[in-house]
Amino acid sequence: MTAGQVLAGGELAQEVQPRAARRRFALGDWLIPAFAALAFLYLFIPIAYTFVFSFNDAGKSNLVWRGFTWDNWKNPCGAPGVCGAVANSIEIGLIATLLATALGTLIALALVRYQFRFRASTNLLIFLPMATPEVVLGASLLAQFLNFRVPLGFWTIILAHTMFSISFVVVTVKARVASLDPNLEEAAADLYASPVQAFWRVTFPLLLPGIAAAAMLSFALSFDDFIITNFNSGNTDTFPKFVYVSATRGIPAQANVVGSAMFLIAMAVVVAGRVISARRRRAGQVTSS
Amino acid sequence: MAFAGVVHTPGAAAEAKPQKRGRAIPYLLLAPGMLWLGLFFVLPIALLFTTSLMVPVPGGEVGDYAPGFRFANYVEAITTYWPQFLRSFGYGLLATVLALAIGYPLAYAIAVRARHRKLLQQMLLVMVIAPFFVSFILRTLAWRQILADESVVVTVLKAVQVLPDGARLTATPVAVIAGLTYNFLPFMTLPIYASLERLDLRLIEAGQDLYASAVSTFRRVTLPLSMPGVVAGTLLTFIPATGDYVNAALLGTSRTAMIGNVIDSRFFRVVDYPTAAALSFLLMGSIVVLVAAYVRRAGTEDLV
Repeated sequence: MTAGQVLAGGELAQEVQPRAARRRFALGDWLIPAFAALAFLYLFIPIAYTFVFSFNDAGKSNLVWRGFTWDNWKNPCGAPGVCGAVANSIEIGLIATLLATALGTLIALALVRYQFRFRASTNLLIFLPMATPEVVLGASLLAQFLNFRVPLGFWTIILAHTMFSISFVVVTVKARVASLDPNLEEAAADLYASPVQAFWRVTFPLLLPGIAAAAMLSFALSFDDFIITNFNSGNTDTFPKFVYVSATRGIPAQANVVGSAMFLIAMAVVVAGRVISARRRRAGQVTSS
Repeated sequence: MAFAGVVHTPGAAAEAKPQKRGRAIPYLLLAPGMLWLGLFFVLPIALLFTTSLMVPVPGGEVGDYAPGFRFANYVEAITTYWPQFLRSFGYGLLATVLALAIGYPLAYAIAVRARHRKLLQQMLLVMVIAPFFVSFILRTLAWRQILADESVVVTVLKAVQVLPDGARLTATPVAVIAGLTYNFLPFMTLPIYASLERLDLRLIEAGQDLYASAVSTFRRVTLPLSMPGVVAGTLLTFIPATGDYVNAALLGTSRTAMIGNVIDSRFFRVVDYPTAAALSFLLMGSIVVLVAAYVRRAGTEDLV
């Protein structure tokens, strides 16, 4: 729809602007950005809501605005259960990320660098968990844990989170491995590096950005997962589960504080990462030109 | 951050020519991860299938089931829960279409319109993934409060007569579909962005030089070239949206219950494992069939 409108604008642009090299869409000049602005508004409304209500002098249930206060931010552990749940989420996220990143990176290396049988079925097995609805993943794991009488809790959550993160790690790292120049390793070998040395001193450092991105992705997936966690957590609370369960009686404002703080931290990390990589790219351009 | 990482690795999908050396090495690299997926993905799915065929133990307690081959579980599951099934696919489809309608222009704005302003482009991309950082549940609960009966939004809509008196937004299908669209919009936008980002603008110019109308340039140049992103985006939106139950639980009522809600309550409240398992299998099966048909029609087989 809107794309059509943009292009309809394109014809106008041709008449108005003869040098239509890359400024063809005059009407689209404001139409598309306006649309994008609306879309961003839509994306940010609940974030703004969460943020604003983290300053609410809420009392027990954080539903109505009762006045501004710093108390929730000064005392984020003030509501019972919040900090325990957050600590669980962080621990689970870190362990699951470590496991999934290691296992996934190995698979990605094998897929891109080596030839082997069962390649197609390996790819399929990587793809399937991403294509399976979370309810099914959660329910099937629960059925398995119940069958083998595995007690549910902290470790079953980690098993589950690692499982669904592996595929995302593989896809992320694979893209990075594929963009590597294999000649670099050969060059290292020509310079009498052993294959192990060549891997650790040439390949691995080049893969690191991809691995870091994959690790951040799996931490984000783990930290925010609710559905699979809810099936396999027993009595252990994670942050999303805590929020979901307390939603029936009203979420404490401290939950909004945690959500807002996570948002700010993550945004800071992302923006810093972007700025650093932009600067590095610019530095690279300078040296190469 | 992370999602941008996925999106940002340029043109990498083409696999480098794999080298032949060390026959055992690839298997050693694969083994641990594959073992994990085997134990915690393949085996559970297989067990889920056997669970879906279990029979209740005669005279046993609630939740006691014996292994069996009761295919009637499937028949009963379908005849009882087909409305929730249809609703799930209906809501999932609507949310996907809406997300595409919002996500495509958004991706176009970031990938094409902001192409020559790199820093702006990067910042806009961060803003698309920003919602991920506020917990999924918190965001959905925020929507519940925003759409609540006495909220500012509803009051304003009623004041300007968009919403008739007595009408409400929470606990309606509209709220559930809006929530689904919202929660999965970044999954739609990012892959489309990734394919539009690589679009060579000279192709559009070429189309116009050859006197193609703007609409047909879009239909025959831009859209086909962004198809891989559209396919990936629709799948990444449709699959989780159809299986979701959080939006329906927090923004809807029992009349908007989706199949995920039924699976959840069969498992936890009614301890009716066979029905829950049968429903899970039916959900997975129908999604696989739909996805396969869709991918075949869209003609992009290389998804991973």
